Amino acid sequence: MSTIRVNGREVTVTPGSTVAAALLQAGEGTFRRSVSGEPRAPLCGMGICFECCVTIDGQPHSRSCQILVREGMEIET
Amino acid sequence: MIVVVGAGPAGIAAALRAQECGARVTVIDDNPNPGGQIWRADDANTWVTRFRSSGIPLLSGSRVVWADAKAHSLLVEADGVASTIHFDKLILATGARELFLPFPGSTLPGVFGAGGLQVLAKSGLPVAGKRVVIGGTGPLLLAVAAYLRQHGAQVKLIAEQANIQSLAGLAPELLRHPKKVLQGASLQWALAGVPYRTGCWIESAQGHGRLQSVTVRGGRDIWTEDCDYAAIGYGLVPNDELRRSMGENPADVYVAETGEVDLSFVEGEIAGLTAAGYPERALLLHPKRDKARGFAAALDTTFALRDELRHLAKPGTFVCRCEDVTFERLQGYTNFQAAKLHTRCGMGPCQGRVCGPAAQFLFGWEPGSVRPPIFPARIGSLVPDKPA
Repeated sequence: MSTIRVNGREVTVTPGSTVAAALLQAGEGTFRRSVSGEPRAPLCGMGICFECCVTIDGQPHSRSCQILVREGMEIET
Repeated sequence: MIVVVGAGPAGIAAALRAQECGARVTVIDDNPNPGGQIWRADDANTWVTRFRSSGIPLLSGSRVVWADAKAHSLLVEADGVASTIHFDKLILATGARELFLPFPGSTLPGVFGAGGLQVLAKSGLPVAGKRVVIGGTGPLLLAVAAYLRQHGAQVKLIAEQANIQSLAGLAPELLRHPKKVLQGASLQWALAGVPYRTGCWIESAQGHGRLQSVTVRGGRDIWTEDCDYAAIGYGLVPNDELRRSMGENPADVYVAETGEVDLSFVEGEIAGLTAAGYPERALLLHPKRDKARGFAAALDTTFALRDELRHLAKPGTFVCRCEDVTFERLQGYTNFQAAKLHTRCGMGPCQGRVCGPAAQFLFGWEPGSVRPPIFPARIGSLVPDKPA
């Protein structure tokens, strides 16, 4: 199992998962806020809709559905 | 060097065939692993296995952001680092994405694409015990339902917008493809007990900050289904932005048409053989391609979208999800470009990949021109480093 940090808390996730799947598994339902403030979460699962964008290891606008979890990753929604 | 963009069925087929002909091949793919969407996380898939052991270099997690047709080069970004890749021949096997149609509540967390939820499940999202409603159109809905059910989800309903008469029209074509009849039979077995309603679609989704229920319409019936996830997709749209960015008939570029998996695969084979300089070998595959095209065309007819789906969106429903542009704000424009300039529809990170096809269905707007970068890219990727 891999350990990552999501919004400051430690979460254990299945290695080989994408960050998006791991976040949903960890109970993070909201990935980002839209322009008008709506909560948003993954839609397409394949990297074209950009609804799943979160900040990964300090890098914002990262498409979490296309990135595999790595031990020690820091994720902020 | 033959460069293949895309490592789904078409890209894998193209790369293997080109290698078979003795060509040097490199494959560039945005996804973390090969297989595209349909073969994602499918460790048992023969073709993915063959590709992995072929020794063909694969650049995963890599996006083509700019293609220079004249210079025969691609600007590729991966992990924040950009590189230029030159090609002698280029094969575009960029596949397809789902068509998402807007309806009230379609932006709620918990509303996924049909293929979208399956891909997320394949990528590690547990679905056991989740109540799922599946909607939209096409054979994909059945495959998604079977997969989710096999992984413990409670599939409450499959809402197929096509009428039973349309589906019956597919039967003669199916008889020409016995393998598909077998696949259909095994799907039916896997889905025993799951309600499959035709002429039926999801009108709206409800919930506080996340999906809690959907409202379904079928014939004269309208009812609510409580659910945790909705998986809704209205067919496929080709990822043709890279091709369109390269202008008319760019030299040394071969495009594998996309859609149904068998068609994608044989298109990839033909592109690979042709690019490698063996068009006569490619010609031998034309009957296989024609048969696959016939089936794909039959699917398009069977699953054509009904007019009622144009009227699901209410005035306040977001059509452009990146910029939160509502249905009512898009009224009155005659083309995508005008709407874009006035409302920002299509100016967000998806670059119109989601709202464009939706707007085409809703308003009849043809897609506008494509200008690079064709994916959001770092400024550092586009501008050479300044000398110190």
